[in-house]
Amino acid sequence: MTGHQVRWSAEQVLALAPDAASRRAGSRLAAPGPWSGTGTGRDAVWGLCAGSGARPYRTAVDLTGPASTCSCPSRKFPCKHALALLLRWAEGPGPVPPGEAPEWAAGWLAKRRRKAVGGGSGPADPEAARHRAERRARRVATGARELEHRLTDLLEGGLADADQAGAAPWEEMAARMVDAQAPGLAARVRDLAGVPASGPGWPGRMLAECALLHLLCRAALGLDGLPGPLAATVRARLGLTTEAASLLADREGVVEDDWLVLGRWDGEEGRLAVRRFWLLGRGSGRLALLLSFGAAGRTPELVLPVGRLVTAGLAFHPAGVPLRAVPGERRGEPVPGGVPAGVGVAAALAAYGARLADDPWLETWPVVLAGVVPVPASEGASWRLADHAGEAALPLTPTGRPGLWRLVAVSGGGPVTVFGECGPTGFTPHTVWSEGEAVPL
Amino acid sequence: MNAGTANDDGSDHRDDDRHLSEGRPGPGEVGWEELVTAALLGTGRRTPPGGSATALLELAARETVRERAGLLPGTVGPRPGPAPADPRPPLPAPAARRLTMLLAGRAEPAGGGRRSGGPDLAELLPQWLAAAGAHGYRAPAARLPALLDAARARTDLRADALAFAGPRALWLAALNPEWRFALRGGSASAPVDLDDARAVRSRWEEGLFAERVALLADLRRHDADAARALLAGTWPAERAEDRLVFLDTLRESLAAADEPFLDRALGDRSRTVRSTAAELLSALPGSALAGRMAARALACVHLDRVGPGPATGGAGIAVEAPHECDAGMRRDGVSPAPPAGHGERSWWLGQLVEAAPLGRWSERLGGRSPAEIVALPVADGWREDLHAAWARAAVRQRDVAWARALAGPPSAPMAEGPGDPARLLTVLPARERAAWAAAFVAAHGLSEAFRLLSTCAVPWSEELGGAVIDALEIARDAGGYPWSFSGVMGLAERCLDPARAGRLAPLAAHPEEPEPGGPGAGGYWAEAFQRLVATLTVRAAMAEELAGRAPEADGPRPVARPPAPGR
Repeated sequence: MTGHQVRWSAEQVLALAPDAASRRAGSRLAAPGPWSGTGTGRDAVWGLCAGSGARPYRTAVDLTGPASTCSCPSRKFPCKHALALLLRWAEGPGPVPPGEAPEWAAGWLAKRRRKAVGGGSGPADPEAARHRAERRARRVATGARELEHRLTDLLEGGLADADQAGAAPWEEMAARMVDAQAPGLAARVRDLAGVPASGPGWPGRMLAECALLHLLCRAALGLDGLPGPLAATVRARLGLTTEAASLLADREGVVEDDWLVLGRWDGEEGRLAVRRFWLLGRGSGRLALLLSFGAAGRTPELVLPVGRLVTAGLAFHPAGVPLRAVPGERRGEPVPGGVPAGVGVAAALAAYGARLADDPWLETWPVVLAGVVPVPASEGASWRLADHAGEAALPLTPTGRPGLWRLVAVSGGGPVTVFGECGPTGFTPHTVWSEGEAVPL
Repeated sequence: MNAGTANDDGSDHRDDDRHLSEGRPGPGEVGWEELVTAALLGTGRRTPPGGSATALLELAARETVRERAGLLPGTVGPRPGPAPADPRPPLPAPAARRLTMLLAGRAEPAGGGRRSGGPDLAELLPQWLAAAGAHGYRAPAARLPALLDAARARTDLRADALAFAGPRALWLAALNPEWRFALRGGSASAPVDLDDARAVRSRWEEGLFAERVALLADLRRHDADAARALLAGTWPAERAEDRLVFLDTLRESLAAADEPFLDRALGDRSRTVRSTAAELLSALPGSALAGRMAARALACVHLDRVGPGPATGGAGIAVEAPHECDAGMRRDGVSPAPPAGHGERSWWLGQLVEAAPLGRWSERLGGRSPAEIVALPVADGWREDLHAAWARAAVRQRDVAWARALAGPPSAPMAEGPGDPARLLTVLPARERAAWAAAFVAAHGLSEAFRLLSTCAVPWSEELGGAVIDALEIARDAGGYPWSFSGVMGLAERCLDPARAGRLAPLAAHPEEPEPGGPGAGGYWAEAFQRLVATLTVRAAMAEELAGRAPEADGPRPVARPPAPGR
């Protein structure tokens, strides 16, 4: 093989953009004018971009992350300069020729890669860690007991009274759960606050959510008596997660595979920006969910190209239904992933239902649907996905307008393969495959 | 803790399964409703199922999980019909990626970020769409919503965007009320086989107005006589405003055979239809109307001695404008009432001269060529009126010699020209037009050049492109600011030959020397030129991509990539 460098497509690059404004700004900057000193080599790209100041910005991207650094003041990640640099690089060797990294870029790269290799050492003092864990377990139990009382009081007074109290008591309760170091309980309590305003039928939804929360509190208090996998699920639901580094340190638990990036979703939880990626192991057939958070207005760091295969090891968080995982080392660059196999509408619901046996708190389950057709809303019903060869249909949850219409356009009234989340409120589509190419929705 | 399993409590379970169809299905069996009622009321007021609040919560948890675990799909209602097939070939992958970027740039607010060095991608979208249409590619299905949104927002690219988007976009538009606009107009219906007389007639008689206009225009290009016959067949029954639009389609391939029909239209009930018919007839030099107008016009203009003139041997033109607008003139389309601020006699003269065949003037004015006639002095201040009328005639009759003569040398002072040189230029062959515009820009700079440049063929000729770049450089050195030339700059971005990018590169460099113009002007100019270069580069890449010559950045790639060699 020669040193031929396989470059990404512009679309792959644009998929990294944290928002539409960055995408536009990056596209605009991806012109020869402002750039100088560009180069690529050893899985990295670098260059200088003239800005409004006297000194150009130094921009470098580590393609294995991908991760980037830039001397600009932007808090977006990657910033528009990094995006523009990657777009230039995607155009070919003309704009960004192969070369040796200048000192500033080489230094950053070396530091980054040392960190990646060196990570994952165990806790320094196992005894102190055990004490911390016990103390936290006690606090969580106290919180769970308090919440359980609160739910019982609510039911004694009646949900109708709770509606009049408004959201403030729930916010206060959520804060107490945060103090009790049970973020999973806090998030669920916060969600309860919005239910009375969610339209007709809210008492039923309120009762269902309270009941599931009650179930979780009871499980938290009886944690020691639960079978191992269920206990792990409950811990995860309470928010008692294991650190990524220690998960990855357990080499035996890391699943090596070529992972197809099925879909991506960006949203917010509280004040955190959250990004989700769903992966499907080509060899193992396992599904995985990767989460990335960005605090205080920053965009999450993790970026993976939807529709591509990524070779990596994933470490799964322990749970009855292991889904959430953390990415370990990645090798090589993403390659086109093809169209995944999928199931029909009934099988998708059954897959969700079956997982509830191990995790009754599961809201949705990631599913690839194949051979389904989007059917327009009619007579008050929402858009649906129907089996092409059958009568079964699943409502689409109200999603963004552009995504729905892209899905319909790609389908053209014919069967398509769609990835999304299936749950009791319907199906949320994230990706559709069009002539072999993944189209994010 | 096995409340979650669906299979642990009985075999008659399927009866309780919920059909997941519309909205969020609450757990809806009778038992569940009882639980909800009890929860709403409060267990403190009435003893609930199970006997306590805790028991109620546990029952509800079991019901909720059981119901979720047993969800069944709903049934589908009426399905959409399949989108019509689009046999056009798909875009080359690099071109498809370019389209994604152009559409992403569309939402950019105008004026925002004008100072950055990058091209304004939204301005390139029309060009890209036209080129992709010319290549005959099919639009990627996933981009159809964005294309429809673009077509909705910008009428200037609507036709190209819809043509490129193709039949699937119309199928899609029928599902979304926001895109109803796409279903209006002729493009919504399949084209008619123009050789199939019955199909043509049925579309003509039953089609919507826009479909009929499109049909008539297509047929006129295909078979001019058949189109006129089709129109004549229903002419008396058409509404006046429709007659006017239909009549306008005869401009295409106008010929002597159209004269009888147009003559009849001279007697139309509608004044605008009459004047349009007269205008069309006057563009037919052999028509009876053109003959009558020539007789009237020639009677007003004659050779005279107007004093010593070195170039013309003392000869000149004297004008005796008409004193009235008689019924015959009116029937031939002369409008009797001048607009405000215009004298009646000059108004009538202008219309007569404009409608008279230009070929008749040589004989009337001593066998002179158009250039010689234009050079003759005109007595009593009639020159401006006369030349302006000839200029309109030259445009209407597409007379190159007259247009050339009236436009004059491009370096001539602008005040002496016959009004609008841009319109005269449209009569000249493309190459000559570009040369004229280039010489004009070289002589007068860019401040009056925008309309002229707009008439020139894209990409601009080497000569014209060079002249514009030189003029921009001169404007910079004279201390102007680039935004004074933003119109021409924008035009240059879209019209300059991309091969000129190299010539511009030095101008795009940031100035080292003390700046010639106002504070910071040099930097602004460098940015403006950078932008120009960037846009030209993108346009060159766009053309390569659409021609299928761009490198495949996205081909099959090795899983493990060998390290790139440092060079």
